[in-house]
Amino acid sequence: MMEPGLYHFLFISAALFFIGVYGFLTRRNLITMLMSIELILNSVNLNFIAFNKYLWPGKMDGLFFTLFIIAIAAAEAAVAIAIIINLYRSHQSIDVENAEDLKY
Amino acid sequence: MISGSTILFYLLAALTLTCGLLSVSTRQIFRAAIYLLFSLIGIAGIYFWLQYEFIAAVQIVVYVGGIVVLIIFSIFLTQQAGEKLAKQKTDRKIFSALAAFCGFALTMLQVYQHTFYESSEAAAPTTVFNIGKKMMAVDNGGYALPFEVISMLLLAAMIGCIVIALRSKPETK
Repeated sequence: MMEPGLYHFLFISAALFFIGVYGFLTRRNLITMLMSIELILNSVNLNFIAFNKYLWPGKMDGLFFTLFIIAIAAAEAAVAIAIIINLYRSHQSIDVENAEDLKY
Repeated sequence: MISGSTILFYLLAALTLTCGLLSVSTRQIFRAAIYLLFSLIGIAGIYFWLQYEFIAAVQIVVYVGGIVVLIIFSIFLTQQAGEKLAKQKTDRKIFSALAAFCGFALTMLQVYQHTFYESSEAAAPTTVFNIGKKMMAVDNGGYALPFEVISMLLLAAMIGCIVIALRSKPETK
């Protein structure tokens, strides 16, 4: 086994990103699609942190980007869940195949 | 000789990736949320391993304590107990897996062909004191403006959630 370095983190991050993409493409339930988006956002955070740690240890930009992404992800999840619950109230379903009208 | 920290890293990586994979492939939505929880805990562990303790703490507080709980609540509100998700078409699964795998292979190929140049600066200590000082700094390299923008965004998201939740119940079709 090798000592973990930057490439190991990039591997984990890319794998997690494409796991999220796979979930986003196959799932048809809005909540599980939201979970896939959370995985994608986390892989991006891991990438920022790894670059900050291994390439520019003297700066803290990657760390701050990660902090701001986490804050935006929290806001996004809250709004998405409000929309999902409202959709469930009107359609009794949160399947994307059933949510096909924009307005009524 | 393999050191303990190397083993710990591989264990955390395996936990993160396995739970992530199970989270997108299980057909029981509640289990998907729990696997997502463990995947996020694995990522927090990786941040601890990298000695970014503040980010790890934020990850646990916001993701594990906030977003996953929110997701679990919305599952309780929208799903019937014991109901499995509908089975997906096999060809859709195959093509999605193929697309994801090709994207992954292409990305890793690019990453391994690229040479990264490390900066020779001394490591800045990532203590909470330094992070707080930098976040409030208004001079060159400070993060006071993005901090304010994020606080406006959070306010807008909060008002948006209230407006969406307040809308009167429309007649069902």
